[in-house]
Amino acid sequence: MSPRRVRAETDAVGRRERPLLITVDGEAVGGIDGQTIAGVMLAAGRLGWRRGVSGAARGVFCGIGVCFDCLVTVNADRDVRACRRRARDGDVVTLQSRWPGIPGTARESGSEDR
Amino acid sequence: MTPPHVTVVGAGPAGLAAAETALIAGAEVTLLDSAEQPGGQYHRMMPDAYAAARPERLQHGWRAFDRRRRWVLEHPRCTWWPDTTVWALERPAPHEPGPPRVHVLRGPADGADRRRLGLDSDAVVLAVGAHDRVLPFPGWELPGVFTGGAAQALAKGERVVVGDRVVVAGTGPFLLPVAASLLEAGSRVLAVLEANATPTVARGWSQRLWELAAQAGKAGELVEYAAALVRHRVPCRTGRAVIEARGDGRVEEVVTARLRGDWSVVPGSERTIAVDAVCVTHGFSPQLELPVAAGCALRGSSAGEFVDVDDDQRTSCPGVYACGEITGIAGAPAARAEGALAGWLAGGGDPAAPALRHLRRNRDQGRAFAERLARAHPVGAAWPGWLRPETVVCRCEETDYASLCRAVAHAATAAARVVKLETRAGLGPCQARMCGPTVAELSARLRGEPLDRPVEGLPVAGPHHRPIAQPIRLGELADCPSLDPE
Repeated sequence: MSPRRVRAETDAVGRRERPLLITVDGEAVGGIDGQTIAGVMLAAGRLGWRRGVSGAARGVFCGIGVCFDCLVTVNADRDVRACRRRARDGDVVTLQSRWPGIPGTARESGSEDR
Repeated sequence: MTPPHVTVVGAGPAGLAAAETALIAGAEVTLLDSAEQPGGQYHRMMPDAYAAARPERLQHGWRAFDRRRRWVLEHPRCTWWPDTTVWALERPAPHEPGPPRVHVLRGPADGADRRRLGLDSDAVVLAVGAHDRVLPFPGWELPGVFTGGAAQALAKGERVVVGDRVVVAGTGPFLLPVAASLLEAGSRVLAVLEANATPTVARGWSQRLWELAAQAGKAGELVEYAAALVRHRVPCRTGRAVIEARGDGRVEEVVTARLRGDWSVVPGSERTIAVDAVCVTHGFSPQLELPVAAGCALRGSSAGEFVDVDDDQRTSCPGVYACGEITGIAGAPAARAEGALAGWLAGGGDPAAPALRHLRRNRDQGRAFAERLARAHPVGAAWPGWLRPETVVCRCEETDYASLCRAVAHAATAAARVVKLETRAGLGPCQARMCGPTVAELSARLRGEPLDRPVEGLPVAGPHHRPIAQPIRLGELADCPSLDPE
């Protein structure tokens, strides 16, 4: 099994769900209004989405904007912390990689470019 | 006389309490936080879009928090800036009085079109909090390995559970609320593993019991979490740790092992557990870059470095107050007391006000509690025993333990600064927030000496020195900031 969202119907906090739709590397991924990009991707069963220097997958680690493991490109903005950015309906998310081995993926800057 | 203007950075328990008392004292307050909602990590709220009818189900002390946040945010002298990132503090020229100018970006996290503003005030209250510290272990970089804080933020903040077969491990009482929030959201918690052995934990908690009685609120909260674990029959073990995570592209199993008192692994005690997520926390690191940028002196303790404050929560820097986890990891009640003191005094409140005695007592009891925590849940000296040559130490740059050992062994590259440049450990986007304390500790140990032998002619590379505290895009940097926008 993977990460998932608590079902609204049985959630003790009594909340509503307004669906939204984003695309991740062109694929449609559903979430609900108020979620972060990371929350949407996790609840959709994606655990790792960025490639590190060696090509190994990374996803959420710290969840509060400190570790920068979960960086993605949102619309035209590169290097966005997915755990801190609220998803908006229609967001176009592009996955990032620091692995030189993948041609065509959005290359991520190393710290020397910052 | 115009009321003083107080800028409060961070709207968690400490910052919110500071804003409240500064307002009561008569000050104009600008309260800012990087999140959309106040509450910080402790009172992390669900987004408004969830329209939750019963948010109190997820929060300890919700009623008091809810009352305070409404009062503060709706106060006519309070300006509330959510989604606001402090990216730099600019110290005034030596002959000019007053606290640093607070440089902020307002807008969606890491967005490209955030508004850049500079904020001048009569006093600055720093209440920026802490984040999980996680010691490296083989496989800790696999997706599915989370910090305890991440699991809690996702469960409380957006009702996402990280997995259905979860092990919670590390050290400290924070493991309990992490496990409890996973259970509440319907996960199966397979085990809660406290790395320290029962005698260490018991010795720390049972010394000077009267201090604990004074923290009855906090103790009661922990008892509630423990009761939830008992109700769900979650096995809780002491003296046991996750020493490895394994899996193909994501975590599939963890290896746990029995630890001795110094955290050395007992050979033959390894067990493998199939999991789909693991949550690990070995303590907390205070977020020190803003206090350091302001020029605040730090104090060392057995639990690491914190901002040095006096009896009034004043730092060494004029006009700058500090409160909450950056002055010591003592939990929400202590943070609130510190915040209330700092806010009152920063806002020009009477230093002889009778209520301050009570606040100081609460604060001091909180600090005693922090010392107790540090004693009961230390990081054992032998933890590097579970590292392997290929274990990633710096997550950003994927520097492995072997590279670090090689660089440190070389006399020419042994200085901290050179080790950093040689191995790239700490040079990635997190700016060493994750690996900094670990690399410093491992390097010192490998050299067999205390840390930070400076390179001749260069200042010591301070681990919390991050002049640009948060990423800012070049376009935003080029933008002329507006000053005093109100």
